[in-house]
Amino acid sequence: MGTSATPALEIRNVSLSFKGVKAISDLSFRVEKQEICALIGPNGAGKSSLLNIINGVYVPDSGEIVFEGERFQCMQPIDAARRGIGRGFQNNALFSGMSVIDNVIAGLSRHSRVTLVEEMLRLPRALSEERDFHERARAVLHIFDLEKHANTPVGTLPYGVQKKVEMARAIVGEPKILLLDEPLAGMNAAEKQEIATIIQRLNTELKLTIVLIEHDVGIVLKLAHHVVVLDYGRKLADGVPATIRDNPDVIAAYIGSEHSEVAA
Amino acid sequence: MSMFLETLIGGLLAGAMYSLVAIGFVLIYKASGVFNYAQGSILLFGALTFVTLTENGVPAYGAIAITIALLIATAIAVEKLLLRPLTNRSPMTLFMATLGLSYVVEGVAQGIMGSQVRALNLGIEDLPIFIGDILISQFDLMAAGVALALVIALSLLFNRTRIGIQLRGVADDTRAALSLGIDINRIWQIVWAVAGIVGLVAGLLWGARQGVQFSLSLVVLKALPVLIIGGFTSIPGAIVGGLIVGAGESLAETYIGPFLGGGITPWFAYALALVFLFIRPSGLFGERSIERV
Amino acid sequence: MAELDLRATAEPADLVGLKAIGLAVVTALALAAPFFVSEYWINAIIVPFLILSLAGLGLNLLTGYAGQLSLGAGAFMMVGAYATFALQLRMPELPLPFALIVAGLIAGAVGLVFGLPSTRIKGFYLIVSTLAAQFFFEWLFLKFPWFYNGNSSATIALSRGLSFFGLDANGPHGRYYFTLGIVTLLTFLSFNLIRGQTGRNWMAIRDMDTAAAVIGVPVLRAKLQAFAVSSFILGIAGALWAFAYLGSASVQSFGLHRSYQVLFIIIIGGLGTIRGAYLGAAFVSLLPLALDWLFQYLFSGQVDAGLLQNIQKAIFGILIIWFLIREPEGLSRLLAIRRTASRRLFPS
Repeated sequence: MGTSATPALEIRNVSLSFKGVKAISDLSFRVEKQEICALIGPNGAGKSSLLNIINGVYVPDSGEIVFEGERFQCMQPIDAARRGIGRGFQNNALFSGMSVIDNVIAGLSRHSRVTLVEEMLRLPRALSEERDFHERARAVLHIFDLEKHANTPVGTLPYGVQKKVEMARAIVGEPKILLLDEPLAGMNAAEKQEIATIIQRLNTELKLTIVLIEHDVGIVLKLAHHVVVLDYGRKLADGVPATIRDNPDVIAAYIGSEHSEVAA
Repeated sequence: MSMFLETLIGGLLAGAMYSLVAIGFVLIYKASGVFNYAQGSILLFGALTFVTLTENGVPAYGAIAITIALLIATAIAVEKLLLRPLTNRSPMTLFMATLGLSYVVEGVAQGIMGSQVRALNLGIEDLPIFIGDILISQFDLMAAGVALALVIALSLLFNRTRIGIQLRGVADDTRAALSLGIDINRIWQIVWAVAGIVGLVAGLLWGARQGVQFSLSLVVLKALPVLIIGGFTSIPGAIVGGLIVGAGESLAETYIGPFLGGGITPWFAYALALVFLFIRPSGLFGERSIERV
Repeated sequence: MAELDLRATAEPADLVGLKAIGLAVVTALALAAPFFVSEYWINAIIVPFLILSLAGLGLNLLTGYAGQLSLGAGAFMMVGAYATFALQLRMPELPLPFALIVAGLIAGAVGLVFGLPSTRIKGFYLIVSTLAAQFFFEWLFLKFPWFYNGNSSATIALSRGLSFFGLDANGPHGRYYFTLGIVTLLTFLSFNLIRGQTGRNWMAIRDMDTAAAVIGVPVLRAKLQAFAVSSFILGIAGALWAFAYLGSASVQSFGLHRSYQVLFIIIIGGLGTIRGAYLGAAFVSLLPLALDWLFQYLFSGQVDAGLLQNIQKAIFGILIIWFLIREPEGLSRLLAIRRTASRRLFPS
């Protein structure tokens, strides 16, 4: 993970404000290929907004994003998806009217090559793509141990299970980088361990670059290779977990906020 | 030139009538977040009740009082039976519910009071007024005056009374309002009642103009473009929107109409609204909402 | 836990059995129906029921599956009817079935145009576009005599009626089978769309369209496809309504009340289901009859027709509200069997 190589993702001087409130101020950092980079910081620090910018949902006031060497300031969400930027959302943006497997297959939309007419007439190409997508979805469901829920309407499942479906949907299209927004939120210790292990394996076995926002600082410091700390939209610290843990500014920012889970 | 002015002024005055109707919608949208498709039916119901009562010998003031009482009862019923069960459902669902409501109100109103056209005499004669070469309808002028008076009354209500301030609180941030102990259900009932009364005023004026009949409820279809242009959440917006639609329709019919064979008023306002939706989706005075994921 | 292989082979799927038997039964009934039912029923109840189901199906694709609210069903039906009329009149060599397809395509194109605003406008505001279509076509088809061939009553009718390839489908049986065939075919095509990529794209847009775009669903394209396919089906339904049911039609046949009616059909029947259109259409077709009968029974024929209509209106409105509150998935959920219940009993 040398810093001389092209980073997977680079944030350059990005700023964003909503109705006069600055969500992100002049933020810059790099994410190297195949690393797990964690964004931590108190609530309202602009972390989700940053992910939304990378996915093209928000347009920054200034600054740019460099993904795999290509620079852009604003990009349509679907282009971000096509370039291989995968995303898990904070509040489980699952398609509540659909089953688990349909939700996961939705993550393969951008790989579909079939036309409307082919689908209507059930032509062979449509049928084989459908089969192929189903297989790929099942494979991913298998990883997350979700096969038994395949046909369940996703809205009826418990929160922890939904989170897994979300991650499954995010990776089924084989993204090049995965952005996860609080993947461990609302889970108990055992579930957190399970997901953390999956994230670990996605990184080591599939060589997936992962950027994640997380509040459980304990797990983050063990899981991540690289940590960026944000406070009020500004970068407070940037480095390996060991340096972050002992950084006085970081500790100060956390004391007085609700999530004081910094490992001693 | 004078034809242009005459068309313009006539259009503006007609627009004032549209604004009057649109205000009722804004009230409900601000408080309950729903476009009340049934506003037109309620308008019809109010006018029909008034006319039926006066036709049967009830003096005007009594008829108004009874009608207002019925409108208040309707508002309470709507809040209890429609709004409360449908809290937190999507705007589309709420809209469809108000569509259903419009059917109920129309069916009941016309079922009880009949579907024939009724003349309504408010004692305002429609004499033409001449300013130079320009012809203005006295009735339309009075209607505009009423609209103005109503707006002033409503702004006093919203800015000077406790209820009004609570209403604005609910409109801005429902959850915060709840945490302050504001009785949302009561507020909704009040807003729907006020909207009903505003509708009654509009209904009486429109009814005097074109007779009290089913087509009165179709004003809702005119209110929609007005709100798109002016914004759903602003009363000044409803006024400006109404004026723009009124003037626009009038001018379009006179100047563009002849090339298309005339009669373009039914859809012109909608075409205008579509253009606005593209360039300024939240309307001239509306609030912009930001989507969060 | 399993290997992290994103392409491992799947497990076998699906069960057929019961569904196939059910389908066979329904098919047999449908084919044999005209021999058991009176002509009156075919002409006045069953054929319109089938056509309304088709219209409901078309609208359901757009509003129920793709979540794009539309009050323009009447307009697109109108376009289909008038286009069929124009084609049969001015290109008589084109057989009726093909004329229907072309008319459907024209309606689909119109739907696409009026669907363009959906790329910028979301949710409730979209009705402005479809209402604009409604009012525009009501004006267009009345204002220019070319559309109704200068006919003094501004109505359209097929001079040869329903005849094509040497067949005459003008009698009740003919109309029934003609309509049944078309409705069945289009239902089958829609079913295929819903089950596949397009259906998933539509439901994703309906449920959460910003997230859908981020995931990679082609939101713009899918929305426009929804408008196009929906209007295609509505256009054909409109042609059938005009020529297989009414005989002759005008702008009045497809007014705003028709748009309301089709929307009600899918709300009552079940948004986002195929059978919902059928259930809703059955309900809407049969309720007036039931009410008529009930009132005749209670008041022995002393009821004013106007009053009856208003009572019907009020009852419809109450039903709409009731369905929206209690059962947003309409009759199709109310009548669903245990299989849905069993799916909800998952552990964990």
